[in-house]
Amino acid sequence: MTASQAGSSTQQEELIRRIKAGESDLFYQLIEPYQKSVYAAAYSILGNEADAEDAAQDALVKCLARLDQFRAEAKFSTWLIQIAINEARMRRRKDRKGLYESLDADREDEEGDYIPKDFADWREIPSEALEQKQLKQALAHALASLKPIYREVFVLRDVQGLNIRETAQMLGINETLVRTRLLRARLMMRDALAPGFDGSWVSGSAPYKKVRPW
Amino acid sequence: MSTRGTHGVNTHTVEISCLEVFRQISNFIEGDLDPQLRARLEAHFKDCAHCSAVIDGTRNVVRLVGDGKTFDLPTGFSERLKKRLAAVKKA
Repeated sequence: MTASQAGSSTQQEELIRRIKAGESDLFYQLIEPYQKSVYAAAYSILGNEADAEDAAQDALVKCLARLDQFRAEAKFSTWLIQIAINEARMRRRKDRKGLYESLDADREDEEGDYIPKDFADWREIPSEALEQKQLKQALAHALASLKPIYREVFVLRDVQGLNIRETAQMLGINETLVRTRLLRARLMMRDALAPGFDGSWVSGSAPYKKVRPW
Repeated sequence: MSTRGTHGVNTHTVEISCLEVFRQISNFIEGDLDPQLRARLEAHFKDCAHCSAVIDGTRNVVRLVGDGKTFDLPTGFSERLKKRLAAVKKA
């Protein structure tokens, strides 16, 4: 993650101290390495670029105003992501469609088992394939197609690399629920990217062929 | 589906169904299963091409999205943020 590019924690503490003392011009330097994480967190809740950018920017502006409330015991990245998640959730609540989705449509899914699609084998998609626009678009499309409750655990755990406990705390749900949702999210993402299993992500041209005749 | 019969005597591991494997795929990837259950899943993967394709694909996807390239900031994001921060400071 880009967060790893942040300087040492001592440098970070020093930056925070100076900003709190009035040098607010340094704020961008402080949060620069975390922009992507904050944006991804907002995206995980909202599922589209424009809303995610608005929420992420609002969250970062709030972070500047609230920096006095940040305590050194907490991890700075976690603090930022939490604010972004809260901001994004507030926006989603304002959207009646989002409210409907989260209350009704999601609940049905959680009760039953998710049966992954039947492919005869899986051909490894190498990391280098991420350089391809086609795969990145497929990933973005697959993520956007997940319902928010699945997308948020998937993005926090698998994209951002938080552990199960941190993900649960961040979302205010228990760890069992994180695991249940993570399972479904991972299987759905696998199914969404499966059309490339025959190697089309590698060559960029081979069409998806069904393995079975039925 | 697994080609193994459900009534055969198995001296090493207890049979596990594909459905039960699906339920444990994510915990398997997390490394959160007790050794016995893990061994049952591993034995199942050896015999069941379908579940192998599920675990391989799921693990592959988790690895792909974890490498930090999944999200690109929208073009101009940082510039817009800097402007907003500057406006806040002035206010």
